[in-house]
Amino acid sequence: MNGVNGHGGGTANGADTANGTGAANGTGRTALSLVPKTDQKQTLKDFKTDQEVRWCPGCGDYAILAAVQSFLPELGLRRENITFVSGIGCSSRFPYYMNTYGFHSIHGRAPAIATGLATSRPDLSVWVVTGDGDALSIGGNHLIHALRRNVNLKILLFNNRIYGLTKGQYSPTSEIGKITKSTPMGSLDAPFNPISLAIGAEGTFVARTIDSDRKHLQSVLREAAQHEGTALVEIYQNCNIFNDNAFEPLKDAEVRDDITIRLEHGKPITFGADQQKALRRTPGGSFEVVNVADVDPAEIAVHDAHNPDPSQAFALSRLDSPAFEHTPIGVFRNVDRPSYDQEMRAQMNEAVEQQGKGDLAALLGSGDTWRID
Amino acid sequence: MTKQVQQLDRVIIRFAGDSGDGMQLTGDRFTQETAAFGNDLSTLPNFPAEIRAPAGTLPGVSSFQLHFADHDILTPGDAPNVLVAMNPAALKANIGDLPRGADLIVNTDEFTKRALAKVGYAGNPVEDGSLSEYHVHALPLTSMTVTALADFDLSKKDAERAKNMFALGLLSWLYHRPTEGTIAFLEKKFGKKPEIMKANIAAFQAGWSFGETTEAFSVSYEIKPAEQKPGLYRNITGNVALSYGLVAAGVQSGLPIYLGSYPITPASDILHELSKHKRFGVRTFQAEDEIAAVGAALGASFGGSLGVTTTSGPGLALKSETIGLAVATELPLLVIDVQRAGPSTGLPTKTEQADLLQAMHGRNGEAPVPVIAPQSPSDCFDAALEAARIAVEYRTPVILLSDGYLANGSEPWQLPDVNALPKIEPGFAQADQEDFQPFKRDPETLARPWAIPGTPGLEHRIGGLEKADGSGNISYDPSNHDRMVRLRQAKVDGIANNIAPLAVDDPSGEAKVLVLGWGGTYGAISAAVRRIRKAGNNVAQAHLRHLNPFPANIAEVLRSYDKVILPEINLGQLALLLRGRYLVDVISYNQVRGLPFKAEELAGVIQDVIDSE
Repeated sequence: MNGVNGHGGGTANGADTANGTGAANGTGRTALSLVPKTDQKQTLKDFKTDQEVRWCPGCGDYAILAAVQSFLPELGLRRENITFVSGIGCSSRFPYYMNTYGFHSIHGRAPAIATGLATSRPDLSVWVVTGDGDALSIGGNHLIHALRRNVNLKILLFNNRIYGLTKGQYSPTSEIGKITKSTPMGSLDAPFNPISLAIGAEGTFVARTIDSDRKHLQSVLREAAQHEGTALVEIYQNCNIFNDNAFEPLKDAEVRDDITIRLEHGKPITFGADQQKALRRTPGGSFEVVNVADVDPAEIAVHDAHNPDPSQAFALSRLDSPAFEHTPIGVFRNVDRPSYDQEMRAQMNEAVEQQGKGDLAALLGSGDTWRID
Repeated sequence: MTKQVQQLDRVIIRFAGDSGDGMQLTGDRFTQETAAFGNDLSTLPNFPAEIRAPAGTLPGVSSFQLHFADHDILTPGDAPNVLVAMNPAALKANIGDLPRGADLIVNTDEFTKRALAKVGYAGNPVEDGSLSEYHVHALPLTSMTVTALADFDLSKKDAERAKNMFALGLLSWLYHRPTEGTIAFLEKKFGKKPEIMKANIAAFQAGWSFGETTEAFSVSYEIKPAEQKPGLYRNITGNVALSYGLVAAGVQSGLPIYLGSYPITPASDILHELSKHKRFGVRTFQAEDEIAAVGAALGASFGGSLGVTTTSGPGLALKSETIGLAVATELPLLVIDVQRAGPSTGLPTKTEQADLLQAMHGRNGEAPVPVIAPQSPSDCFDAALEAARIAVEYRTPVILLSDGYLANGSEPWQLPDVNALPKIEPGFAQADQEDFQPFKRDPETLARPWAIPGTPGLEHRIGGLEKADGSGNISYDPSNHDRMVRLRQAKVDGIANNIAPLAVDDPSGEAKVLVLGWGGTYGAISAAVRRIRKAGNNVAQAHLRHLNPFPANIAEVLRSYDKVILPEINLGQLALLLRGRYLVDVISYNQVRGLPFKAEELAGVIQDVIDSE
């Protein structure tokens, strides 16, 4: 029973002995502390499967898949200790194309299934791949509860603002008034802002990136992978069949630099082709755009993703309303809170420390007993 | 005063009062005393779904029935010999079940004009002669308790609250129960409130002394210990036995147990119980909903734990899709449905057997799931172990159908020898196999390999899409789908080769009529069968533990008798399956009253069928 035996004993005892190193923000622990490392050099190829990729030609999912496959080797984890769990939808086919363990599950339920896996197997790096319909509509409940618990999951939310696999109905991130097959006169629903939602749901790591910007996408994945707890990464993803160019302003070389705000922890928030614009806190707690030339540098807001108070991260998340006037990308929030898995293991260890290991005969004979001779 | 002591072979007592009167606790303590004394026993708690319905009303009545005897018994009894009614509502709600000549102890302090009017009594039944066919013991239990506790530094309200202990003391005297256990219990329960502890003990002892000195009771009763096999015993409820069975399944398989659960009556006690046993490597996860609960359990099974989820009927409905995924991915999963009366919310605290067809068929597609049902509270232990064995060895979800009666009812349980419990072999897939095929089946069981994350060289993907036979790759091929549907069915059908055949109890060998049952009706059916035989008639009995697949010999058994009677607490769900599958015209007998069958009624039904032969 190979490594499996070790797992059975190790997880049952909840042994948690590894010391974390290289934590993102000074906790002395990262999500990967207990995941076995490989001494083999890995490449993108190691993470490809022999399965034919069945997304539409031109789909943004291809770029994300390639970015993930080329990023994972740098983590240096044993491939068998990485698992991708997905729900249902175009994005949820992702695990079939990753040469790791994978579970393509039920519409909306991936965070729940992954919670069972992650909380019972601290030696795994567990990734959830989901979409805007999967995560925010049918699976909204599981998403918010995973976030508040801070389960050790890295959730990649591919947001294309449309239902693709069912051929083009509006989604919970579609804009009001969207004309689709199910809304010929325009949709009536106000959309979710996934970043605001995740921050409101007590998320400890909340970030946004774009399918077409591999460098940025991988920098966010790098930080997410190490985060102890739930990391939610919203990835703007183009559906070229049913919602083409949904994120065009962020990709168009003419305008993208004027509207994209690249968040970096500890740095003043400036943007624009020549970094000529900046954000300043208003007395009401939101942000306003100012010209760098017009203000005292001390008034320019400095991004603090590690601030336990979520109000600044929340205020940043509101900047893209109206759509694409200004869109922050990067890590909005990255704070320390013990993960649910870690706390669960601690309780199990404590139970063994206080009462000793379980003895079945003693358990069955607990309480009032009597003997017949 | 020397009082007469009368020998009885069995007694049925029902304690009834307001939800806040502590009747469940009183009944439970009397049960523990009785168990310690060595009688055989069986209990039936009966309480409303509301936590505290308005005091003194009929919906707020809570009761606890206990049947104990100097011989082996099977049910909590049809009708009480003694009713303790703590208020008019308790009297009104229960008097209909009391046979003529029974003893009736009423707490007269609560029989005020207002309390009587609240439940629609025009006069006071204790005084107007309407209870003349019973032996009425009209006692001011509340005021006697308050008087007994006069020296304690207690509010009147706190003193009154000890009246259940006074009643317990009185009944303990009346039936010669040992008292040490209850005193030790009170010392522990109120350890942090010494004044309350002493007061409760004093009330309990005052009730005892009152019995000894009062002229209201001239006789006390002795029920000799029952003959039981040598061994160590304890009293146990179905939910606790089931929880222990799950812990044992973890020990016997070497797998960590992972319970994903969402609170629901009457299953929540399993979550409560298992959450205490972390030192056995048992993880309990209270999920955000029923779907997440089963999802987390399945995710844990994917990772090499034994995933378990506990629920009741409405929750099983919510879990259907995930159970279907477990069928498709062929992972072990234990789904425990503690059935309650439905449909919808139904009667949350009352029992029923009406989830059988949901368990059998409540999924989309051809999704066969093994179904197992325990037959008594203590049998929940063995049934849980058996369900775990099948789930693990066949890589399949298994539904265990307990019910509200088994869950909350209790009986003495001879502790099993833990060294003799069956081993469960997880048989995980070995690392680094050449050409590993995640859906290549074991030729004997048709089970697929269980290759868990962390195993080098076996990386693979599973999911709800149809898989190619062997490789497990997505396949839309029509003949592959046809083959996979049949393979999954054949795997579950094949379990019949690996379970005990249906045993028939037919002592004379001459019975023409067979009574068949399943699940929690075992006690009532067996008691009815005893009555029939005692009266000189022949009848055979068989009880199904495995509902899917059925034992291999079931058709033969059904066809060996002229008539087959099938009592069920539903409208004939198993009867439908048996008729459909074996073309046997079983005679259904059905009740859906939220209560277990009464042995006497069933005996009447059986006798009628025998007489019609």
